[in-house]
Amino acid sequence: MRQSTPLGRFWAEFRENRVAVVALVVVVLMSLLAIFAPLISPQNPYDLANLSLLDARRAPGFVGSGGYAHLLGTDPQGRDLLSAIFYGLRISIQIGLAAGLVALTIGASLGILAAYLGGRLESLIMRIVDLQLSFPAILLALVLVALLGQGKAQLIGALVAAQYAYFARTAYGAAKAERGKDYIEAALATPLSGRVVILRHLLPNCMPPLIVVATVQIANSISLEATLSFLGLGLPVTEPSLGMLISNGFPYMMSGRYWISVYPGVALIILIVAINIVGDQVRDQFNPRLRK
Amino acid sequence: MSAFLSVANVSRSFGPNLTTGEKIAARLGASVETRHVQAVSGVSLTVRKGETLGLVGESGCGKSTLGRLIAGILPPSEGTVQIDGAPVMQGGRKVTTRVQTVFQDPFASLDPRMKVGMTVAEGPIAHGLTTKAQAKAYVAEWFGRVGLDPAWVDRYPHQFSGGQRQRIAIARALAMQPDVLICDEPVASLDVSIQAQIINLFLQLQRDLDLTCVFISHDLSVVRHVSERVAVMYLGRIVELGPVGQVFERPAHPYTAALFGSVPKLVLDADELVHFEPIEGEVPSPLSPPPGCHYHPRCPLASEVCALDIPPLRDVREGRVAACHHAEAQLQRY
Amino acid sequence: MSVPVLSVRDLRTHFFTRAGVVKAVDDVSFDLAAGEIMGLVGESGSGKTVTGFSLLGLVDAPGRIVGGSIKLNGTELVGMSQRGLRARRGREISMIFQDPIATLNPMLTIGQQMRLAMEAHERTSRRGADTRAAELLSQVGIPSARERLGAYPHEFSGGMRQRVAIAVALLHRPSVIVADEPTTALDVSIQAQILFQMRDLARETGTALIWISHDLAVVSSLASKLAVMYAGRIVEQGPTATLLRDPRHPYTAGLIASLPATAEPGAPLSQIPGTTPSLLSLPKGCPFAPRCARASDVCATDPALEARGDRAWRCFHPVGLSEGAVS
Repeated sequence: MRQSTPLGRFWAEFRENRVAVVALVVVVLMSLLAIFAPLISPQNPYDLANLSLLDARRAPGFVGSGGYAHLLGTDPQGRDLLSAIFYGLRISIQIGLAAGLVALTIGASLGILAAYLGGRLESLIMRIVDLQLSFPAILLALVLVALLGQGKAQLIGALVAAQYAYFARTAYGAAKAERGKDYIEAALATPLSGRVVILRHLLPNCMPPLIVVATVQIANSISLEATLSFLGLGLPVTEPSLGMLISNGFPYMMSGRYWISVYPGVALIILIVAINIVGDQVRDQFNPRLRK
Repeated sequence: MSAFLSVANVSRSFGPNLTTGEKIAARLGASVETRHVQAVSGVSLTVRKGETLGLVGESGCGKSTLGRLIAGILPPSEGTVQIDGAPVMQGGRKVTTRVQTVFQDPFASLDPRMKVGMTVAEGPIAHGLTTKAQAKAYVAEWFGRVGLDPAWVDRYPHQFSGGQRQRIAIARALAMQPDVLICDEPVASLDVSIQAQIINLFLQLQRDLDLTCVFISHDLSVVRHVSERVAVMYLGRIVELGPVGQVFERPAHPYTAALFGSVPKLVLDADELVHFEPIEGEVPSPLSPPPGCHYHPRCPLASEVCALDIPPLRDVREGRVAACHHAEAQLQRY
Repeated sequence: MSVPVLSVRDLRTHFFTRAGVVKAVDDVSFDLAAGEIMGLVGESGSGKTVTGFSLLGLVDAPGRIVGGSIKLNGTELVGMSQRGLRARRGREISMIFQDPIATLNPMLTIGQQMRLAMEAHERTSRRGADTRAAELLSQVGIPSARERLGAYPHEFSGGMRQRVAIAVALLHRPSVIVADEPTTALDVSIQAQILFQMRDLARETGTALIWISHDLAVVSSLASKLAVMYAGRIVEQGPTATLLRDPRHPYTAGLIASLPATAEPGAPLSQIPGTTPSLLSLPKGCPFAPRCARASDVCATDPALEARGDRAWRCFHPVGLSEGAVS
């Protein structure tokens, strides 16, 4: 039995969905582009010394003062758009991942603790979570960013605050169901300490739904960040993320200089759709009801 | 008789798990169920060292709850459980490893994401019965004793059949080197051809390790086979307790008689198909059990006193007790 | 013997899964006369439930009936359209499941459900339907049936729910009822009541009953004949008492011998070694051979069903017959 580990079986099943595999490849490729952006970009778009306003808003293929072709054209500051997209991807994925993982950690801890401990603490934590879930995430993020000010850390903080509740809900539901199962009772009856039971039994068994929510929430973080940046509440203009690139090009859409907004937009859409397809497949595989 | 495991006047009730909203609604007069279920009430019994006590009854009679009280999984509302004079629980926490449990469903009682070797090893490591370095050999030894290939320690539960999983669950319990083993319907969810294997394994290990056992089952033939004495429960109370052969052949409580009478027996002779003596009616709701003897509304021997006084467990024969006002009359029926 | 109401020949139901073809039912044949009760015994994965589902045409993809014939009152069911099957289901053949909750709609009262079930096959007035429903309910042992028509399924206990499911199955006086472990989840005292009633009902109404169970004792106290299944095949069939007293197939013999009720208390039980094979990787020849003490080289080929009088078995080395008698 070659695929006897849970991960091996998971991959064998994942591989059967061609679309999901393509999406996964896209996600990996875009992540690689983001990671190696400084090595593969024709230009460092954050280095103001490289920028020339003479090159601003040029169409794709234009050979600028740098002596090379701007394959996707340039933006209003004269940045090479291809480089800007690579760097923008880098920022978007960084923020999405960081916000998603921090929210996962905080949310999962709260949810699992609430389910494990029960009683007053359970009611308290879950009421707060429910209260927060009744507000739109974007509203909360907007208010927090406005209060905290601009900057990566502040943005991540706002995104975490807006999203941890989803993780807490999911973790709570999963942990509550697992808590009642015999293997948890068996572990407690040994007796093993609460810490061991939570970390070694409860947490690993709550991971599947959390991973599903995490993929979707990372995509949501990325689009939320883009939205905030588009509204001018995200990062400083000197370090444009995808959302800000779209925003920067927006005034020129109607004047025929579509590429400034459209290409970053296409990159953003491809990334988010790909993450969601992967997330859907993961969810289907974890959902026993859809199992044949 | 020297009591090794002693259960003294143990009771356990369950309240409904109300949310804050429901509590408020109940205060305001909404019809929210606030009554408590008396799952086990005033149970006392003792088990000798090395003895197996069978615990039988229908669903909802409290046998599983009693098993969990003895195993230290649930704290009793009242009363104490002691092993060799030492309490199993103190302040709502289990303070001993001398009692371990084998659960009914081996598909649910093993962590699906943990290698089975680790499942068996983690308890003994946590309690210093073995070290991390020696755990592999320790687990291999127990795997061997329950008839599993020690090479399988790195597999996951889904790679095993039901019978094999129950062997793993037995190994997990025994690796804690308990004196008392609680078996909660250990063969109920296994295939018929596998049940005999597990029962044989249990009998052999129980003898080899001189285990004191409480064997809970709804299957009377299994209980009769493995236990020395049997306790019959009905709606949270023990109605009869005694040596298994005597209780099965000549029940002193009308409920015991009726329960045994309604078990289908294997028809090996005669073209005539079976005689049943089904008990009239159903088990009443444990939320509002009948007054007096809980069994009186279904009992053919019931008289006025049965509806008024709770019959105490009393000696009816040498080594046998029953909670029935008419135990003598019941014994006369045979 | 009278003309059978149900006649099954060489039934094969296979499941085409991604891991391979699962031969859940492989070459199953039996006859059932009116009012007769047959016990279909087997362990999990033996194909007994799939056999039941096949009879009602309820096998879902990736499974399908790939061969054989099911004749109900002379009409062939294999290959019949879903419409034709639906017209017969409930009226000529019906099923009782292990979990009655799955068959009862929680949003409708018992009376409404029974009325709907009646209207599926015939026109009735409301009053007429209620009267008949109440009659049936009291027939299956539900006290004050008339009043309880207005109750919802959750207001009944497990035993009472199963009685309601039985009453629904009996509505149109079907020729055959397939009961899939209907008493397994119930307490012994309730099980005894229901077994008792089913036996009487079959006798009174002439309905033939297939009782699927893993419990030999339950089946032996109810059925007049038995079919024992192992790995998708019937390995032995015959009259209940003779089959149990004098089993031919080593599997049947092993099962009976392993029951605690037949052994000396405290003594080791005789046990069948090994585990039930996976239907995906069945051994060649007789599927029981790897667990069988009587197996020999010849068991690597498929044993045919051998019929003797009212009994039949699928074994080269039957128990209780001298070797010479076989060849």
